[in-house]
Amino acid sequence: MAIFSRKNKVEEIVDGDIFNKETEGLSQGQIVLKRFFRHRGAMISLIALFSLVLFVFSALGFKIFGIGYGGWWKYKITDLPTLRTDGCPIELPGCPTLNLIPGKHFGLGDHPFGQDDLGRDYFSLVMRGAERSLEVMVVIGLVAGALGIIVGALAGFYRGVIDATLMRLVDFIITVPVIVLGSVLGYHFGSKGVLFLALFLGLVSWGGLSRLVRGDFLTLREREFVDAARVAGASNRRIIFKHILPNAIGVIIVNVTLLMSGAILLEAALSYLGFGVVPPDVSLGLLISQYQDSFTTRPWLFWWPGLIIIIVALSVNFIGDGLRDAFDPRQRRRISRKDRAAERQSAEKN
Amino acid sequence: MFAYISRRIGVMFVILFGSSFLIYNAAAYAGDPTEGLRGSTAPQAHQKLIALIRELHLNVPPPARYFIWLKGILKGFTGHIDLGLTRDQNPVSTAISNAIPITIRLILLSFLLAILFGLGLGIVSALRQYSRFDYAMTFIAFLMYSLPIFWVAVLLKAYLAISFNNFLLNGKIAPLWILSASAVSGFFWAAIISGTRKRVFAIFGVAGGATAVILTLLSVTKWFTHPGLGPITMLILGLAFAVGITYLSTGISNKAALRSSITVIIIGFLLYFPVQYFLKKDANLLTILVMLLITIAIAVGVAYLFAKIDRRPVIRTSVFTSLFAGILFIIDKLMKTWVPYINTDAIHQRPIPTISQSNDLLPEGNFWFSSLDTVLHLLLPTIALILITMAGYIRYSRGTMLEVMNQDYIRTARAKGLSERTVIMRHAFRNTLIPITTILVVDFAAIMSGAIITESVFGWHGMGTQFNLAVHNQDLNLLMGVFLFTSSLVIMANLVADLLYSALDPRIRVVGKK
Repeated sequence: MAIFSRKNKVEEIVDGDIFNKETEGLSQGQIVLKRFFRHRGAMISLIALFSLVLFVFSALGFKIFGIGYGGWWKYKITDLPTLRTDGCPIELPGCPTLNLIPGKHFGLGDHPFGQDDLGRDYFSLVMRGAERSLEVMVVIGLVAGALGIIVGALAGFYRGVIDATLMRLVDFIITVPVIVLGSVLGYHFGSKGVLFLALFLGLVSWGGLSRLVRGDFLTLREREFVDAARVAGASNRRIIFKHILPNAIGVIIVNVTLLMSGAILLEAALSYLGFGVVPPDVSLGLLISQYQDSFTTRPWLFWWPGLIIIIVALSVNFIGDGLRDAFDPRQRRRISRKDRAAERQSAEKN
Repeated sequence: MFAYISRRIGVMFVILFGSSFLIYNAAAYAGDPTEGLRGSTAPQAHQKLIALIRELHLNVPPPARYFIWLKGILKGFTGHIDLGLTRDQNPVSTAISNAIPITIRLILLSFLLAILFGLGLGIVSALRQYSRFDYAMTFIAFLMYSLPIFWVAVLLKAYLAISFNNFLLNGKIAPLWILSASAVSGFFWAAIISGTRKRVFAIFGVAGGATAVILTLLSVTKWFTHPGLGPITMLILGLAFAVGITYLSTGISNKAALRSSITVIIIGFLLYFPVQYFLKKDANLLTILVMLLITIAIAVGVAYLFAKIDRRPVIRTSVFTSLFAGILFIIDKLMKTWVPYINTDAIHQRPIPTISQSNDLLPEGNFWFSSLDTVLHLLLPTIALILITMAGYIRYSRGTMLEVMNQDYIRTARAKGLSERTVIMRHAFRNTLIPITTILVVDFAAIMSGAIITESVFGWHGMGTQFNLAVHNQDLNLLMGVFLFTSSLVIMANLVADLLYSALDPRIRVVGKK
């Protein structure tokens, strides 16, 4: 049966030649970049995520250090416009106006995602929720990433007592499922603001990363280039940050992206359970939990927050996958028929 | 070995002590159980406050209060474990021991199915690396990774429960649905089996056509409102399974295995009517268990008759076949229960429930009613849990399989001239299972905590609900009870995973001393 068929030998041998030719004369960084740019899913995701972030953050405007930008969307989340009735079924006022079919009504309209039962503009609510979720994601990624790297690097580099102590600490934290610890902390600190919540969630989700970094450091510290650096008189700090860390960066970047895609789901889940972001602030998980009962009557209130969570998490996952492929020296890309034909031709010429 | 295990268990207690201390203090400092009473203007609020403070030892600072709690736990060594009382004065141990079976019931089935589908799809995806099927699987896996389960749950409730219940009122499938389902099935099988272009088109046609015919038949015969298998369908399904499992497990050329698994199916077919007598209304789990043992005994016996040498693979094959036959019997019986079940007053023609773990209004004393009820209540949460857990297994088994296929021993096996089936099923598949087993064990513990959300969405009263209650009521004792259970599970799972790893992989030896 064909389930167990496989490609033929000649192709495998030709493929090896193509790979060697491709990476000739390139630095490690160039190879990684080249591989990453070739990963179609990752590139599409990168563009999608970037445009989503631009779109979301420019919609309602922002203010950093006194420099503000008002945002291009006409409603704020606190506005209470009247419920739109024209053009909606009579029992469903406030239906969405988003129209992607080219024609007279093409465009966003007054309330692209519709209005809730009070008349609040749902587009602005979703945009604010997405802002919050993205902020939480980035903060968790930064905090957990930094802690995981530092703890893992120290434990792996110094070994001995430091390693044992830090790893027991990691054991303590890993034993408690993140969602349990996150709920306990989130329930009490969620009301103090989104960034505070994200900070706490970051403080409990670095355990796995630190173990991986430690593992990498344990192998890398025995390598010749570390000895060479030490002989040359480099300090421990210099060896850790300038010599070993760049070599472990592949593992770190990949796992931080995975951590971030997990983080956006974690925040949404906590807010959904009531342990995360609390009203009057808005987050995507909170929106889903507030409007899940209106699914049968006003389905538009339900779809958008979930779709945005999926888009963000999916793109981050794909970017992580692209990075993993790019950093993995054993990874081999798919060779197309055209490449093989070209390779065979050039082989025949020689 | 013994030294290693006892050392690990010792470490386990130290870790449990540390992490419970950590979370006790975090929770105690984070929440104030007297919050509600302090602002209260009710009469005797002050007295209640004082009583509460005394009862919960709130005048003791948390780090010291932890040891009061710990004293109750340490009584566990004398057999009287004391986890304290919940806020509504019930023992925590009762609350938790009532909740555990419900959570396990919720998780177990979805866990097994997720493993089955996840491993299967992941491995086929690896064997078809860089094919369209592989890309589609990668995308689907990432999509499932990114799904917020509570969002999916609402969709499932709306489409699989409410719409499906509406559909069951007449049970006719619209032609458009039949067409699209056939197309999907055609694509799926064509992508999995693959081959030359002509072959792919042929498979697409056969699979799609078969799906269309089956669905039309089901729709015309009103199968959905009056489901059932019947002995003939069961025989056909059983024979197909017997051939399939023989092919995967030993290869079709092993005549003994093929004959014995087919014989098992035929015995099952002949026993169809006698067995019905035992599947009566007042059957219970024990009956099922005894019948399961008999089934396995028959399978082993048949295998012994057919195989004179090299019996193990033959026994394995026929036991798998007999288990499948057993499952068919159960499904058939449940389907026969379907019509009376949906016509009871408690169900009222809307069989797929959206919340809760069982229907309390069902008439009691009918084993099959309550079994069907449990199965139907499990349906939506199981699908939701499978969706989110399967992604990891697809990715992981694909990665492991790819790694294994690049090993030297695979090349050696091929060089010996073994068939590709043998190479994959005997050499690659088994080695893929080693790292996956250890992941699975650890995952089982993680899913327990993942069930918190699932339980809350589907209104089950398991551990997740207890946990929610504990956090919302600032019930420290209950919280610590839940925590103690999940953390011990996580730690134990890690120990079991390590032991399994050393048992499965002879290269790895555990050592008693460091």
